[in-house]
Amino acid sequence: MFPRPIEKATPPARALYKIALPIALIIWLLPLLAVALTSLRSQADILNGNYWGWPTSFNMLENYTAIFENTPIGQYIFNSFRVTIPTVIGAVALSCMTGFALAVYKFKGNLLLFFLFVAGNFVPFQILMVPVRDFTVNLGIYNTISGLALFHIAFQTGFCTLFMRNFIKALPFELIEAARVEGVSEIRIFWYVVLPLMKPAIAALSVLIFTFIWNDYFWATVLTQGADTQPITAGLKSLNGQWLSSWHLISAGSILAAMPPVIMFFLMQRHFIAGLTLGAVK
Amino acid sequence: MRDYWRINQQRLAPVLFLMPGLLMFVVYVVIPIFQSVNISFYAWDGLGEKEYVGIANYVELMDDEAFYTSIKNNVIWLVLYMLAIPAGLFVALFLNQNVRGIRIYKSLFFFPFVISQVVVGLVFSWFYDPSYGLFNKVLGFFGADPMAILADEDWVTYGIIIAGLWPQTAYCMILYLTGLNAVDSEQIEAARLDNAKGLKLLWYIILPQLRPATFIAMVVTIIGALRSFDLVSIMTNGGPWGSSRVLAFYMYEQAFSEYGFRMGYGAAIAVVLLAIMMIYIVGFLYKMYRDERGY
Repeated sequence: MFPRPIEKATPPARALYKIALPIALIIWLLPLLAVALTSLRSQADILNGNYWGWPTSFNMLENYTAIFENTPIGQYIFNSFRVTIPTVIGAVALSCMTGFALAVYKFKGNLLLFFLFVAGNFVPFQILMVPVRDFTVNLGIYNTISGLALFHIAFQTGFCTLFMRNFIKALPFELIEAARVEGVSEIRIFWYVVLPLMKPAIAALSVLIFTFIWNDYFWATVLTQGADTQPITAGLKSLNGQWLSSWHLISAGSILAAMPPVIMFFLMQRHFIAGLTLGAVK
Repeated sequence: MRDYWRINQQRLAPVLFLMPGLLMFVVYVVIPIFQSVNISFYAWDGLGEKEYVGIANYVELMDDEAFYTSIKNNVIWLVLYMLAIPAGLFVALFLNQNVRGIRIYKSLFFFPFVISQVVVGLVFSWFYDPSYGLFNKVLGFFGADPMAILADEDWVTYGIIIAGLWPQTAYCMILYLTGLNAVDSEQIEAARLDNAKGLKLLWYIILPQLRPATFIAMVVTIIGALRSFDLVSIMTNGGPWGSSRVLAFYMYEQAFSEYGFRMGYGAAIAVVLLAIMMIYIVGFLYKMYRDERGY
């Protein structure tokens, strides 16, 4: 254990550490705490420039009701779910199969295909932007939820394949061989032998992809426009333009936009970190 | 038919399993890369006829002041973004203790990474606000004049990078926390018996064992720096006077914005960005290739 465990330190040092922890945390999250507090402030506070003092009144209900009543934020959030959930299902399903194929079978070009997925996952979005937009327009699904979700599924398959392939590669291969000796078909091996063992990987990828897609802003602006289809990230940007200095409303909107991934993270923390730190220890 | 499948299934199964995913990936990722390279040799507004112009777009780039500003800012991003790695290590070391409630602390420190960059950008724009932002309150406390960071040509990029470092540090922290969990405690005990302490212990015993974490942290930080688009778009929209543009943003601006739809020119910028990124992608693949051979 490094640094030296604090239990072994002198009592004053221990006390100091316990005081330092919350102080450091408050400083670290200060910008966020300020936004949370501002989302409760009244219009009067904003006009008087009372941004950092204690709010003169708490207007949580008013502010949050106001953004739902006066803006399409409910629709934006709904759109975000409509893009995110199919993407998670699609990308995880596709990559279970590609990962399985690349981890289990030896064939010519296996490593090359694998590297294709890995490299594609790292390219800058801008190199894809013009052709993908064009392609989406030609398919007639520009400015639709499916147009955006289809692209996300395809792109995330790169990262997911990297993850799944390495995960399956680490499973004991004897299981598959034993099943083959028994005469089990390859498809049944995938379904009954390997897939049940992949549950932790599926969970980890699901939370990770959920967060990535929920927070996507670039593709939302490239492939959608208007409140009917735009997810919350792009929506927040356009609301920001309309609200100008109604910071209490902008703050409330920001907090709402941040909620789903934050809740997801807290519910599935272990899986989330397992997914993110893949390869950080070996 | 059934017999054919039974005999050949070990050869057919991988094709079957790969097909859907690979098809999607090729259509949406692989082919567009080549199409972009192709488009960069045309003048095209996205609707009308494409006009072949050879390398004219690239020639124009060479004389484009905004292009050089973007490249310069990309370099600043790359260099300063790297600070997230030592900063993340520092926070990880600070939190790597076993006291009550430490797990909650770790997750809360990780928070900035979970929320959208759009929210981070809004939070920081507000933080920097010249009339009532906290940043200027602090400046005022020390007797300095207020500064409009995001409206100042010389400071704006640094202001945005600091906003970006916030979630990125959280990411590096979590990588190091996981790495620290796996550090060999016997080695540390042995080193301690030999009187190794503090920085020396960290440098010679701990850091070498954290190498996989450092590697991943470098990869994600470099990619993150080169992909910087969201924050620039949210916080300044490239301004003031285009001084906070980065390649990713400038490309978007050229390809579709109020200045017109210059798809070919935008594609040329994207190709330059891809070329820079290829250095890292190839390096990463090379390392993976060596690791694979090691099995």
